Amino acid sequence: MIAGISIYEILTVTSILFFIGIYGFITRKNLISVLISIELILNASVVNFVVINKYLYPDMLQGVIFSIFIIAVAAAETALAVSIIINLYRQISSVEVKDTEIMKY
Amino acid sequence: MNISYIVLIPLIPLAVFLLLGLNSKKIKPTISGYIGVLGLSISAVLSYYTAYKYFFVSGKVDGVYQTIVNKSVWMNFTETLHIDMGILIDPISVMMLVVVSTVSLMVNIYSRGYMKGDDGYTRFFSYLSLFTFSMYGLVLATNLFQIYIFWELVGVSSFLLIGYYYTKPSAVSAAKKAFIVTRFADLGFLIGILIMGYFTGTYDFETLNNPEGSVILNWASTSFMGLSVITWALILIFIGGAGKSAMFPLHIWLPDAMEGPTPVSALIHAATMVVAGVYLVARLFPMFYFVEHGFALNVVAYVGAFSALFAAIIAITQTDIKRVLAFSTMSQLGYMMLALGVSGYDGHEGVGYMASMFHLFTHAMFKALLFLGAGSVIHAVHSNYLKDMGGLRKHMPITNITFLIAALAIAGVPPFAGFWSKDEILVAAFEHNKLIYYVGVFVAGLTAFYMFRIYFGIFWGKDKTYEHPPHESPLSMTLPLMVLALLSIVGGFIPFSELITPDKLGFEAHLNYPLAAIAISVGVIGIALAWVFYKKENSLSDKYATAFGPFYKWASDKFYFDEIYLFVTKKILFNGISRPFAWFDRNVVDGTMNLIGNSTVKTANKIKGLQSGKFQDYAFSFAMGAVVIAIVFIYLWTN
Repeated sequence: MIAGISIYEILTVTSILFFIGIYGFITRKNLISVLISIELILNASVVNFVVINKYLYPDMLQGVIFSIFIIAVAAAETALAVSIIINLYRQISSVEVKDTEIMKY
Repeated sequence: MNISYIVLIPLIPLAVFLLLGLNSKKIKPTISGYIGVLGLSISAVLSYYTAYKYFFVSGKVDGVYQTIVNKSVWMNFTETLHIDMGILIDPISVMMLVVVSTVSLMVNIYSRGYMKGDDGYTRFFSYLSLFTFSMYGLVLATNLFQIYIFWELVGVSSFLLIGYYYTKPSAVSAAKKAFIVTRFADLGFLIGILIMGYFTGTYDFETLNNPEGSVILNWASTSFMGLSVITWALILIFIGGAGKSAMFPLHIWLPDAMEGPTPVSALIHAATMVVAGVYLVARLFPMFYFVEHGFALNVVAYVGAFSALFAAIIAITQTDIKRVLAFSTMSQLGYMMLALGVSGYDGHEGVGYMASMFHLFTHAMFKALLFLGAGSVIHAVHSNYLKDMGGLRKHMPITNITFLIAALAIAGVPPFAGFWSKDEILVAAFEHNKLIYYVGVFVAGLTAFYMFRIYFGIFWGKDKTYEHPPHESPLSMTLPLMVLALLSIVGGFIPFSELITPDKLGFEAHLNYPLAAIAISVGVIGIALAWVFYKKENSLSDKYATAFGPFYKWASDKFYFDEIYLFVTKKILFNGISRPFAWFDRNVVDGTMNLIGNSTVKTANKIKGLQSGKFQDYAFSFAMGAVVIAIVFIYLWTN
């Protein structure tokens, strides 16, 4: 419970953060930027977990712990994504999204 | 009488066929010839032994020749309707065993000389063995279906042997023609068999042919278009027989079949396979005679008489000696058919049946001899045409004498074999149907005339200029000629009337002197006319040919039957029926399938743009979808 700030304001901020992430995911041309957009989405959801836990069940810590889990998983996932991007770069010497179209074949 | 060994008679040629056919490249020609002759000799010895045992030792019980059957069920449809495989021994099948084994043995011996140096020597002998096996199977069949199976097998071996020189387009088309025409006739045969099976419930010859049996007594139970269905079945079966026996109007394949090697013509298209039709009618003779008071038998008689006359007229005008013999064969087969057609059943009434089988026997001998003699001549002068031959009697004495014997036999001059059998046929025709008798006598005269026309044409007259001087054929070819000539002389003295009659009792035959005198004098007149026309080369024959004018032209063009068939098939059947069907198939059937395929391809082309391969497009669709679903749910739940 943060004094002076209602849950709606915080949820508005995380929603904006989330949709910025979605927008970046869809529009960025560089794979690294896409990866950063994913991080925005994840962080928006992590903040949601913490805030909702704090406002609905102030005596419990599940939401907070879960957010730590998500951060750990996101780190692992980022490592994986970066390794994929590096491998892709070795193959096609590019990290542009438009150059990955050949994957459909 | 123990008959289990008889099964070896067909099986030995089958074994020879498999041996030679599977190793045709490995076995040396000389050895394969010996294997073929050896196999058929064993079969022939067994056949002669069977004939001796059956006719003279143990076949007769209480004065009646027994029908001995040894069979097992092969396919079971119902309790009564089943197809058996087995062997059936009765007078006609034993007689046919003798005919088939004699002629095919002689032809095999002859072929060793005639085919010498040919590339497909081993293949030729394997085909001959296949044919002999099928013919034995046909002769020994116990039921309609078994006879049909072997019927098709002789058809296919005939096809293989006509098309033996498969590099020659004419031989290939002749083989196809023979196969298609006989197949067409066999369709009738098959329908007849099915009708017979449906209405009588059995295929078995013994059950069908029993004069007191339920099949013959109940022939009138079902009728169709004014005739008993059994009569229809018999007529359809006769169509099958007419196709094999080259009866009018299914005769067109036989002259073309002469494209095959000459020994094949002698074996298949003169002596054995073409008499299968006659044999089939004889096999079902009690049915033909009793059902509908012999209506189907009258059809047989008139078709036979017409074919005999028709073919004899054409034979006079042909210049290819093998074709003359082919038409002569057709004419003589018509003779056998008409003899069956005018036959009765009991005692002396059965003289027509007896005469038909008698003529079948003697004809097989002298016609095989004529063909083998013609083959010997062709071997020497390398031409089939009469205009390339002449004066050969000095060069080929044995061929000359044997050919003369055969020609006298077919012309009906006593004491040669043909006289006795032909005389019996004329007696039978005289007693039952005067019209057919007059046709028979006229045909006898024509036969004598055309046969001596080619005899004089080949062996008398002036020497032609030959590429190299003609010489007598080797012993392997002249030996069968001499054996068959001997049989053509003595064959007439076999007392057929005591051995083969429809009621299997036998009767005493007497020579009917006035009728015999007429037959002989007609034959002699024919020979005399041929002597006048053709012994020395003169313009008399040309003069008469022009006097007959268009009729001569028609006859020498075989009355345009090939052209009529071509017209009917090409113009009417192909254009009228086949083309619309082909159009329907191409446009409607194929069209439906193409429509399904093409529309799938088109749709796929249209929607494949959706799969851009850009993951951001997919993510966008996913996000939009999620938004839409979210809106829908919010809308639903906030109401």
